[in-house]
Amino acid sequence: MGGTGAEKPVLIRWEEREGVKTPVRIDGRLPEQLRPIRIEVGVLGNADGSALVEYGATRVLAAVYGPREAVPRHVALPDRAIIRCRYHMAPFSTEERKTPAPTRREVELSKVIREALESVVLTEMYPRTSIDVYMEVLQSDGGTRTAAITAASLALADAGIAMRDLVAGVAVGKVDGILVLDINEVEDNYAEADMPVAMAPSLDKVLLLQLNGVLSHDEFIKALELARKGILEIYKLQKEALRKKYVEVETSVTG
Amino acid sequence: MPKLKRHTMETLLARGVRLDGRRLDEVRRIEIVPGYVEKAEGSALVRLGHTVVLAGVKTDIVAPFPDTPNDGVLVVHAEFVPLASPTFEPGPPDENAIELARVIDRSLREIRAVALDKLVLEPGKHVWRVFVDIYVLNHDGNLFDASMLASMAALMVTRLPKPVKTDNGYRVDRTKYTMLLPINHRVVSVTLAKISGKLIVDPTYEEEQVADTRLVIAVSDDGRIAGMQKTGMGSLSYNEVLNAVSIALNKAKTYLSVLEETVTPYRAKLEEELAKISEEGQEEQPPLIPKREHLETETIEQGEVVEEAAEGESEKVE
Repeated sequence: MGGTGAEKPVLIRWEEREGVKTPVRIDGRLPEQLRPIRIEVGVLGNADGSALVEYGATRVLAAVYGPREAVPRHVALPDRAIIRCRYHMAPFSTEERKTPAPTRREVELSKVIREALESVVLTEMYPRTSIDVYMEVLQSDGGTRTAAITAASLALADAGIAMRDLVAGVAVGKVDGILVLDINEVEDNYAEADMPVAMAPSLDKVLLLQLNGVLSHDEFIKALELARKGILEIYKLQKEALRKKYVEVETSVTG
Repeated sequence: MPKLKRHTMETLLARGVRLDGRRLDEVRRIEIVPGYVEKAEGSALVRLGHTVVLAGVKTDIVAPFPDTPNDGVLVVHAEFVPLASPTFEPGPPDENAIELARVIDRSLREIRAVALDKLVLEPGKHVWRVFVDIYVLNHDGNLFDASMLASMAALMVTRLPKPVKTDNGYRVDRTKYTMLLPINHRVVSVTLAKISGKLIVDPTYEEEQVADTRLVIAVSDDGRIAGMQKTGMGSLSYNEVLNAVSIALNKAKTYLSVLEETVTPYRAKLEEELAKISEEGQEEQPPLIPKREHLETETIEQGEVVEEAAEGESEKVE
């Protein structure tokens, strides 16, 4: 948000579709439509678990190392694992080069993502260890934190870490007065609101919720509902991607 | 926290009562001292129960950000100074301080609480930069709401010093003030904590230690949601989120009325003084420093305050 120096593009066009005036977004999507989502699990050789998630042009790689010995030792907890998270954007992932040093934004997002994952991982099963989750945004086109958490939960599952549920995230925005699902970067730059949400869908639990912008009470209720709808779609894709990996493993073994 | 205390807290909550005697949706006693630091362009000390937060505003003149040439610059920064709590350590702001500052920054920025478009001296070249520095002085829970109140109060009583044109820009003459910081909206935040399935407003430090999670909801004076952040481990159910937002929209009125009763009159008084000075002529203008009488503590009772909470320790900062 805050805009850019450039002239504001037309973000919502009203088109006649099957006789109905329909709002169409700058990338041709309908308001309640996700971008094409691609999910791949187990993409890195060294990591205990990994996943690549794309929401349109947004591309995030997540890797999990652990449970492993916590270093330094004093950070370890006697009754459960600690989770450490790093959300980081590659310098080349943005329009202008982003400094590789962690920014205040990245510190905050790493914190809220960690807190979200902590409530689904059965940390009590891995006392005195640390589970390290690294998320690298390779290309940023809006919704990076929600793509990152979607990827992180898959990487945790891929590492075989016990979890209560997967976590899926999506951002809902308000663009030219219209609530839109899975906001992209151009929309975000001019949006009246951007609301990233992550949930554990089967538990119906909200694990991450931020609102950057202004919404009325009614708009908020609708936005949260829209987010849940998107999250359930992504959840389905997550499960498919996990299954696909194990089918591949099976065929490679049994031939 | 001792298990016994946690147990007591949870048993009480099941009956709708809290350890300090408050109802689930009751905020602690609020006290705001506007203009606490005379040297700052604006400041406010806020006591929320035993939580004490001081916010100070300083200004300077800089080049605007290239993407917003017609806007002044707002910077929010928070320090959890080690004197405020045994859990705070010296050093650069940790993730908690960064999160707090960023949530407050967003809640003020997105709704344009400060009229940044009126802080431009020369578009694209020279604009005011407004720093809000949040100093937590005593941590007894709910730093978000206390810091938001302190920041908002400090901004409401901020006077801009006189800009003086120089060869290559402007310098600031801090012996003279020209105008009050233009404010579009007053924004407060309402923090709810979830403890054993119950939502409580304005958690104390002890309650935060027990809480599953917290949801911070910023609300503007026109009843819109200006920002939100789930903070802390744990989760909220979908319906709990909706519930929390309804409670927050309602409770925000309590905070807003405190601002109205203590800070708005102080702002009016500053405005009067500024008007008087500009009538008397610019040159022999005396520095506008709030007189001591303004600093009298103004207290507003929020419902019944339990005896023990009222006497308590005396971590007054003066």
